[in-house]
Amino acid sequence: MSDLSPILRISALTKTFDEFTALHGIDLDVAEGEFLAIVGPSGSGKTTLIRLLVGMDDPTGGAIWLRDQRIDVIPANKRPTCMVFQSLALFPHRTVGQNIEFPLKLRGVKPGARKERALELLDLLRLPRDYYSKRIQQCSGGEKQRVALARALAFDPEILFFDEPLSALDYRLRKTLEKELKDLHRRTGKTFIYITHSLEEAMVMSDRIAIMRAGRFEQIAPAEEIYARPVSPFVAEFMGEVNFLSLSAGTVAGAALSPAAQAAFAGQSGTLVIRPESLRLAPASADLTLTGTVAAEYLLGSRVQYRFDSPAGELTVEVLREDAVAGGTGAQVALGCDIAAVHVIPEAEDAAA
Amino acid sequence: MRQRERQLGALYALPLGLFLGLTFLAPILLVALFSIMPEKVFELTHMPDFSAYRVVLAQGYWKSVAWSLFLAALATAILLVVCWPLAYAMAKVFKRFTLVLTIGVVMTLFVSENIRLFGWVLTLMKGGLIEGYFRHWTGIGFDAPLYNVPVIVFGLVYVYLPFMLFPLAQGISMVPDDARQAAFDLGATRWQILREIELPLAMPGIMVGSLLTFVLAAGAMAESKLLGGRAVITIADEVQTAFTYGQNWPLGSALAMVLIAIIGSLAIWAISKADLDAMMGRKS
Repeated sequence: MSDLSPILRISALTKTFDEFTALHGIDLDVAEGEFLAIVGPSGSGKTTLIRLLVGMDDPTGGAIWLRDQRIDVIPANKRPTCMVFQSLALFPHRTVGQNIEFPLKLRGVKPGARKERALELLDLLRLPRDYYSKRIQQCSGGEKQRVALARALAFDPEILFFDEPLSALDYRLRKTLEKELKDLHRRTGKTFIYITHSLEEAMVMSDRIAIMRAGRFEQIAPAEEIYARPVSPFVAEFMGEVNFLSLSAGTVAGAALSPAAQAAFAGQSGTLVIRPESLRLAPASADLTLTGTVAAEYLLGSRVQYRFDSPAGELTVEVLREDAVAGGTGAQVALGCDIAAVHVIPEAEDAAA
Repeated sequence: MRQRERQLGALYALPLGLFLGLTFLAPILLVALFSIMPEKVFELTHMPDFSAYRVVLAQGYWKSVAWSLFLAALATAILLVVCWPLAYAMAKVFKRFTLVLTIGVVMTLFVSENIRLFGWVLTLMKGGLIEGYFRHWTGIGFDAPLYNVPVIVFGLVYVYLPFMLFPLAQGISMVPDDARQAAFDLGATRWQILREIELPLAMPGIMVGSLLTFVLAAGAMAESKLLGGRAVITIADEVQTAFTYGQNWPLGSALAMVLIAIIGSLAIWAISKADLDAMMGRKS
């Protein structure tokens, strides 16, 4: 994904607060036009990072480059970037139109031209043109979201940052706006850097995901790669429900391996990562097989999720409804999966995590 | 049920209503009635005429009214500029020190205004705290910076500072930090943030503080009497003189009514212009 000349380059960026180190000398290149999501649990340093990127805080060490310009030494109001706040930070005493026009007014754009641009942006964000003179308080949550986006786009930033702007919205609206944001990214061609604690949100929208943990990047990769080949149990778990089996010297405690699997794992130690949907019930043949007892059953619409007790530990399995286990809780079932669906995290990386 | 609630509401409001009526409206009504009595009478039983108002117009009292309004406006403007940074610090920067500052400022109100002003007179007068020591050490004396208009304005600013400071700090605390940060992020300079974000969003506090100080300062007389040595006569001073030395209650009442009318209409105009709800973004 990284081009030869990235639009944004972060090198050895460090931020410490008294004794606490929020960022441990991190590096990152962002390509022009990329949609990068930075994901991490609270306290992972993602908010600190974005505050440094937009200029609301100064780094303790390291540098931020925007193309050829070092921007970490420039105050926020002189940087060619802007941010959509978590709270949206719309100006309550101004109308929708005045909010959108704000960055243009600061630059001394004439009122006529300002209004024209504001109306264009209303169109782009699919807001009715008569919202121009509406008060902010008259807008719904989703509409406010769009106004905040329009205001940021009116600034015409080189990079648009987002600080969890959808986190306060209800599920359905969030889903709609995720798609709209993705669509907007495509239409504007701008570089988007999006902070969120929801990996689901990141996967829907972004080209690449950077997973943060305790002030460092754990993994930076496209969504499919993070999902299929997580570098650590932390990343794997962050991606949703996952099963870990421990692999030691080529054997998996509590499970039987086919000759192919034995060959593949020979001599290796580490953690096997198996997604709940990769485990099959009563398979005719599988590379890895074990027996589990149904401990709990949850209906998830078209799918059913099971929690199994097995000699290899607790396992989560998700199957289509028509493949549900007969007998319910207490039933003994053979479980299996193929080697292609198993990802191995070698011991060294496991220990580092 | 509704009917009953409304009746109960009225009942609950009755004591305070009566209290306000007796202590606030009744005196104003009394003054209004006296203002239309013939000159120098002490009862309300005379045939009403408007001779007192004729005297007000004929004898150049407008100068006192003008001085009072001018001094009040000037003091209010100075207070706005002086208190803004302090109120900003109290609302956003000082944190725990704000309480210390609040107590310090409120403490001054425990001492009577006249005594505090006399303190300033002793400090500033010839042979007083400043000039006296200066002359003692250097042998050079100078005139006291008393008995002029600037020192009256200083006195007004000094006395009414708390009435501007606290509403202003309240107003500033209503400016959301993220709005300020967003404006900065969108390219606003410090001045643009002040003009576009902070002043409009703090407007309720600015209005309340300005109105309080202006109304109080326009009715003030101690500053001009004690510090100003009557360099100018304020309208409140004239009212007092009419009631006391002048023994002319109708004239004093007429003067008071003029002051009430001017300040009252100014206040009502300001409040109507300043839609507090809209300014705070509450109106939909």
